[in-house]
Amino acid sequence: MTKSIRDHLPYLLLLAALVVLPFAISFLTGEPLNKGIALFSQGLMIQVFILAVFALSYDILMGHTGILSFGHALFFGTGAYALGILVKYAHWSLPVAILAIIVIAALESFVIGILSLRVHGVYFAMVTLAFATVAFILVEATDFKQWTGAEDGLHGIPVPDAINPAIHRTEFYFLALAFAVAIFLLVKLFVDSPSGRVWAAIRENEARATSIGFNTLAFKVQATIISGIIAALAGALNAMWNLSATPQTMEVGTTINALLMTIIGGSGTIIGPMLGAGVLQLLGYFLNLWLGSIWQLVFGLIYILLVLFVPYGIVGTWRVKQLDWRAAWRARFARVSK
Amino acid sequence: MEIILEADHLRKDFGGLIAVEDVSLKVRAGSLHSIIGPNGAGKTTLFNLLSGVFKPTTGRVIYRGRDITAQPPHRIAHLGIGRSYQITNVFPNLSVFENVRLSAQAMGRDNWNLFAPASRFKKYADRAHHIVEQVGLKGKGDLLASVLPHGDKRKLELGILLASDPQVLLLDEPTAGMASEQVPQLMALIAEVRKESNKTILLVEHNMDVVMNVSDAITVMHYGKVLAEGTPVQVGANDQVQKAYLGELYK
Ligand SMILES: Nc1ncnc2c1ncn2[C@@H]1O[C@H](COP(=O)(O)OP(=O)(O)OP(=O)(O)O)[C@@H](O)[C@H]1O
Ligand SMILES: [Mg+2]
Repeated sequence: MTKSIRDHLPYLLLLAALVVLPFAISFLTGEPLNKGIALFSQGLMIQVFILAVFALSYDILMGHTGILSFGHALFFGTGAYALGILVKYAHWSLPVAILAIIVIAALESFVIGILSLRVHGVYFAMVTLAFATVAFILVEATDFKQWTGAEDGLHGIPVPDAINPAIHRTEFYFLALAFAVAIFLLVKLFVDSPSGRVWAAIRENEARATSIGFNTLAFKVQATIISGIIAALAGALNAMWNLSATPQTMEVGTTINALLMTIIGGSGTIIGPMLGAGVLQLLGYFLNLWLGSIWQLVFGLIYILLVLFVPYGIVGTWRVKQLDWRAAWRARFARVSK
Repeated sequence: MEIILEADHLRKDFGGLIAVEDVSLKVRAGSLHSIIGPNGAGKTTLFNLLSGVFKPTTGRVIYRGRDITAQPPHRIAHLGIGRSYQITNVFPNLSVFENVRLSAQAMGRDNWNLFAPASRFKKYADRAHHIVEQVGLKGKGDLLASVLPHGDKRKLELGILLASDPQVLLLDEPTAGMASEQVPQLMALIAEVRKESNKTILLVEHNMDVVMNVSDAITVMHYGKVLAEGTPVQVGANDQVQKAYLGELYK
């Protein structure tokens, strides 16, 4: 299955546009990269990149394995708080802290997966919601205020100057972009791998997947671990960006965001949830800017319209239409040539 | 001949209903053993017990002398017992080829590999191509399973089973709902597979002509119990069977 450059072209163009974007905005506004709109727009995009990775991690479960989770924020929050605590209080270096976060997220998702993946569908969603709620209560509890900052969150995480987003915004922009691209490529690799194909089998028909010899629980745990690690890494980057970790990262609203991004972008399409993150984040920002407090109402309406008229998400619907167009074109061509 | 698969006093209750009651059955290695009986007799439930989908209320399943009653279905598949379904049970939004390829992959040792494209594992792809052709779906490999017409779905159902190369094939009405002119073709394919590699086949089938022709042994089930057992000739001559089943069929 070799692919031509044409198949990769949209991705390469998107990447090129994102690489040029800060400079283009700086050029158009006449402001330097570290001032005004040029600076601010990089911040907006950094959040898009972080949420894109988070949404993609969510879609490993939802779109690729067919598992609905309401507790995904738990892993995002774990990454954020673990980074804060390890770097600020344990004084670990950033790379070591990130390795530790991978291990912590792997263990956490393994335990939660083993405990809750025995139940299916909405029951699993409820169990994960329960786990995430417990975690949310724990980080808000005054008992651990010393480390978590309770309701205020954990602030003043020391990030090395070279990538401190407050000082070197453009460097951080490219760090976040590189992170998003790397995770995109990794997830693509996973989804096409033998294990990724087993996930697809589970999504399509778990009973039959078992019957042809797959230990589906084990493969669902595998998907949960990978998804959990990626979500935690996104959470860690989010903490580096904000120089803080707040209870909001653990909130159910954070999970719902990932769900919306996935649905809007197109679940099971890899790039879809990432684009969905961009749409949701930028739409939210501009609607808020133009409309003020009623923006959420308008966003709700837009969301309903999208679900009605773009049923498979932006990318999913595009691919379906493309097949339709190709079939129509072929039919027309066949008629003409007769 | 050696006994490869044995049901030992199997019973399965669903609430108050006894779907399978005291069923004992010995399947000889290499034989084609048919199970017949009216609707609701418990044939599919028996298959679910043999393949580990249901655990029996009491009784045991013995495979090659080993008690496999407690084994989960995926383990039983790896031991060499495969099954097809009466109601088509495929992976709807995957291609025909991928449906079959996954079944071949399942039996290999590469399932945990995350870092290489599945397409690079040629042996599963080659096997899938071979099976897709063998079951008569050549040229349809790229179609989604969900868009196949019913007859082709039945072929795919069988293809998924064959790709895993089981020793014992549990075939639950493989021709169910097929156009009658396609039935001989499918039965010929089953005969071919059997001859090629000396498989053992347990067949549930309603078509009496087919059953009488191809079976080495027949077990007749009725209301969850074994009513009669024997060669096609013996079973065909059995009074009780005539009354309970064949009679009403040929009326
Ligand atoms: N999962 C289940 N829960 C409850 N009852 C069941 C279940 N599966 C089967 N039964 C009941 O058990 C009995 C036997 O059903 P089974 O499907 O095994 O019959 P069968 O011989 O395969 O019939 P058919 O020829 O119609 O396929 C029926 O009364 C059926 O309603
Ligand atoms: Mg049945």
